Amino acid sequence: MSKAKQELIPLNGDESVAYAVRQCDVDVVVAYPITPQTIIVERFSEYVHNGEVDTEFVCAESEHSALTCCLTAALVGARTFTATCGPGLALMHEMLGVTAGYRAPVVMAVSNRALSAPINIHCDHSDTMAERDSGWIQIYVESAQEAYDSTIQAFKIAEDPDVLLPTIVAFDGFVISHMLEGVYVLTDEAVKSFIGERRFPLVMNHEGRAVQFKLDPENPITIGALDLYDYYFEHKRQQEEAAVKALEVIRRVHEEYAKLSGRRYGNGLVEPYRLEDADIAIVCLGSTVGAVRTVVNELRLKGIKAGLLKVRTFRPFPAQDVAEALKGVKAVAVMDRGCSFGGRGGPVFHEVRSAFYDLDERPRVVNYIYGLGGRDTPPLLIRKVYDDLNEIVKTGRVKELVQFLGLRE
Amino acid sequence: MSFTWKFTAREIAEKPELLAPGHRMCSGCGAAIVHRLVLKAVRGPTIVTHPTGCVEVTTAIYPYTSWRVPWVHTAFETAAANAAGIEAAFKALRRRGRLKYDHVDVMAFAGDGGTYDIGIQALSGALERGHDFLYVLYDNEAYMNTGIQRSGGTPLGAWTTTTPAGTKIPGKPEPRKPIEDIVVAHGVPYVATASPAHWMDLVVKARKGLEAKGPAFLHVIAPCPRGWRYESSKTIELSRLAVETCVFPLWECVDGEHKLSAPSKAIALKPDLKKPVVEYLKAQGRFSHLFTPEFERVIDEIQRVVDKRWYLLLKKCSV
Amino acid sequence: MSSYEKGWKEVSIAGVCWLPSTKYLTGDWSPYKPVRDKAKCNKCLLCHMYCPDGAVIWNSKAEDIEFNYNFCKGCGICANECPQGAIEIILK
Repeated sequence: MSKAKQELIPLNGDESVAYAVRQCDVDVVVAYPITPQTIIVERFSEYVHNGEVDTEFVCAESEHSALTCCLTAALVGARTFTATCGPGLALMHEMLGVTAGYRAPVVMAVSNRALSAPINIHCDHSDTMAERDSGWIQIYVESAQEAYDSTIQAFKIAEDPDVLLPTIVAFDGFVISHMLEGVYVLTDEAVKSFIGERRFPLVMNHEGRAVQFKLDPENPITIGALDLYDYYFEHKRQQEEAAVKALEVIRRVHEEYAKLSGRRYGNGLVEPYRLEDADIAIVCLGSTVGAVRTVVNELRLKGIKAGLLKVRTFRPFPAQDVAEALKGVKAVAVMDRGCSFGGRGGPVFHEVRSAFYDLDERPRVVNYIYGLGGRDTPPLLIRKVYDDLNEIVKTGRVKELVQFLGLRE
Repeated sequence: MSFTWKFTAREIAEKPELLAPGHRMCSGCGAAIVHRLVLKAVRGPTIVTHPTGCVEVTTAIYPYTSWRVPWVHTAFETAAANAAGIEAAFKALRRRGRLKYDHVDVMAFAGDGGTYDIGIQALSGALERGHDFLYVLYDNEAYMNTGIQRSGGTPLGAWTTTTPAGTKIPGKPEPRKPIEDIVVAHGVPYVATASPAHWMDLVVKARKGLEAKGPAFLHVIAPCPRGWRYESSKTIELSRLAVETCVFPLWECVDGEHKLSAPSKAIALKPDLKKPVVEYLKAQGRFSHLFTPEFERVIDEIQRVVDKRWYLLLKKCSV
Repeated sequence: MSSYEKGWKEVSIAGVCWLPSTKYLTGDWSPYKPVRDKAKCNKCLLCHMYCPDGAVIWNSKAEDIEFNYNFCKGCGICANECPQGAIEIILK
């Protein structure tokens, strides 16, 4: 299929998301400003005040209300978007679970920021990782370009009738949110026709009629009943089914979008880099992927068989794709930009390591906690990780399972 | 605002019950009466939302629902944000040609906990932003759903399980928060108080709130037999006594101008009609600990607070 | 839990309710019920307005008031408020 017409324009990560949202035919945007997400809200306000969109834009008085408004607007049938990060996401926490439980396909951009305390406005993944079990789909991207592309995909994934789950597009605060990049953008028409209109599954209401799953005065439904031990469990099981089905939908939507744009991020779930014959590999997500890719190229020039696996979709977790991509690798380092205190490693480490457990041949898997509160992780440190992996392959021994990278002793 | 809607008791009785029977509110529940009456005032397509609370947990227990209008509950602190999101969606869908209705009324009902306390931030935000919705506070003056704990709406001296009638501290030490004045201070087009005892006044005010362009707030007293400790048949009697003692005067504030409603105006014009608060207090078990030599002074203090607020209200109403 | 309850593949999405509460009878909550002396009643309809349970129905065809005992919880508000003293609460 021939690629659609595209334009290269300078945008930072926040702007690229705002630009995508403008194109996605969104009915309602509700948000609250917080560093480093603020530019999204500012740019979108400009679109509204200059008449470039006819979206209803609500500046809520808190993140909690921002997500609540998006949730009820989505239940009425609107396409909705919000954006936040760090403490704002933490304040939303209660409503994240409600939004997923009510199967409202809200899309949210998160410019990852550290959680307090001490207060810190810079990047790590503590905020979104703390929402791992909230029922939201989580896609981590490595550039403003990917943030743009993924925001468009997110609406189509979230609204798929097999999924109907809210979706987070996470990108590193400042490193991506504020970094100016040349971003290829599609035409407004191409984006609009790619996403299409919202579709609503039928549901049996209390009048015994099959009606659309939305709040409509002519076809009333009740959403939000007290759901006790007789049915709550069944509803949660449905949610799990939707999350598992989302794996295939994310892959499909990514592929459709790749045909339109010519841009591909692995299979949409994971993106392997030089892993075919690799002995050692790093698994990571977010902007760090770019730095690791550079180091892989350097090491390859020296004849070291290094590789990289970017995890793009963290929830649902593509365990099979991870295990498959790392087949034959002897030692793997998982990099976590967040810490599960006292949990023997970070959240990505737990997932990746667990993905290998049932295999006959398993690599050694170690963990590096890095970059908390925006601490820089230069190539020098990434080389050290590959050196450690080489040492593990050579000696067959792991000295330390979990290490802290770039920390002063 | 020009208001022309007129109705007879029969017309109201012939209107459909939008809150269906079979709900599980307690026998004699004041909130149930308030809901039934307010819902008789709907104009057309309507959506109702509730925060977590008594009425939410008793009207929608999966797989059953009492709601004959589209209804949604999300969380405890969210009544006004729920309404704001619904209203914003309708605005957008209408503007973008995706709505089959000319207008949809949005109503949020919330109790005192969800309004005075945990929901006040969302309420204040929605009022300031000017969303077009009616917020009905059904005030049973404590967290009744969790078993009678004090809220910012619990009156001075009242027993609750977190303001027990102790030997040192006799019930709640503070008077309630003047939530209706806080709402008025937001400059919204319509604010009113109502009592189910004066049912016609309540229905009219609900309709006025719906017709107001912008946020409207209706504060309705909703006696609770369990929490106030009285026999279930006395619910209307108490909601009438609250007005007669000026504990809960009836008024409306249209575009910032206060006006007494008929039952309270009668008292203002003929002060002899104003009953002492002790008549209201002695009818409820939650104040019974005050009827002791040791704590009688609290009754005097309650009377003083009620008189002061009544005096200030009369000034606002230029009586 | 009994076997007639739906499994997770059959239950409605997001907990959307599929039964009206009119199928849940609350009339057996109380040992009391109201009875009306038709001769005294002037059909002022206060009992309808003040019923928490929508159990006092105005039948416009018959032009009369009816109690729906399927939902009446026997609170006694109607009897307490009736200006004519036409309603009495009795043991069922």
